Amino acid sequence: MTKEERVQKVKEIIVEQLGVDPSEVTLEASFIDDLGADSLDTVELVMEFESAFDIEIPDEDADQLATVGSAIEYLEKKLAE
Amino acid sequence: MAENDIFNSGLIQFEQKPGGIMNNLENKVAWITGSGRGIGKAIAQELGCRGARLVIHDIDRESAEKTAASFNEKGYPSIALVSDVSDKAEAIETVDRIKKEFGSLDILVNNAGITRDNLLVRMKEDDWDLVMQINLKGTFLCTQASAKLMMKQRSGRIINIVSVVGVMGNPGQSNYAASKAGMIGFTKSSAKELSARGITVNAVAPGYIETEMTAVLPENVRSAFIEATPLKRGGTPADVAKAVAFFAGPESAFITGQVLHVDGGMVM
Repeated sequence: MTKEERVQKVKEIIVEQLGVDPSEVTLEASFIDDLGADSLDTVELVMEFESAFDIEIPDEDADQLATVGSAIEYLEKKLAE
Repeated sequence: MAENDIFNSGLIQFEQKPGGIMNNLENKVAWITGSGRGIGKAIAQELGCRGARLVIHDIDRESAEKTAASFNEKGYPSIALVSDVSDKAEAIETVDRIKKEFGSLDILVNNAGITRDNLLVRMKEDDWDLVMQINLKGTFLCTQASAKLMMKQRSGRIINIVSVVGVMGNPGQSNYAASKAGMIGFTKSSAKELSARGITVNAVAPGYIETEMTAVLPENVRSAFIEATPLKRGGTPADVAKAVAFFAGPESAFITGQVLHVDGGMVM
């Protein structure tokens, strides 16, 4: 999977999970403030990322995934490990 | 007993068959833990005759397979799965297999449970741990594995089989009572967490029910239980099953986090 494909995958998961329009999923968009996620949604997003990329995201890291951009950045860093 | 006549008259009992008037669970997929025999089997039968597809799940392979085969003969689509409810990996694998086989999971009944009775001062630590592990941790693990799928589906019904003992206590059952009281707290917390995803979580608390498990009790203990039951009889597994079917069906859509006592009035 190239970086571009991974970014696409992340956006697809967000659109599917939060039921938002793909155009709203910008890098700056905050899951809670802009995309209307509640606390359960953010947990589900983390779970979806975990299964899509076959990684484990510790609870203490979950706070770092506040915006679309920070989620992509985190996942790139995690996958590089 | 005069006051019991209406309950025993047959007037309010009815036989349900596939294709009958009460098929309100048509095509729903129900996983009932510990359904090879006893109350779990009666629950599976009740959900099956309302149209549900059944996952007969037990730690004992023979009883799971035998029960699933007998339900298939009756026309209730059933599969037998064998695993230990207190093993996290096995709980996850069970949900995966249900998803593969039936495509969804609509109803989970956490029924698997054991007793290891002894007076508090004589109770072995192992007997405390084992009862907690199967009854309470097993409920947690099966619910966790199922909830992930139900959250995606935006619907689901979880029914935990607890006990009057978890509410009123019982000498010789401090481990069992603690596990069942724990399940009640678990029911309420998970009901609050999962409500946002259209999932209801309720508990059914049987009183004295005539099963293989209680058949071994001494006669004086059995008669003491019946004496403590205002309706003056032991309950049947079918009595419990009908309450479970209520929580599994559309009639209870606006009810969550509740404990329904099926105990002939023992606790009120």
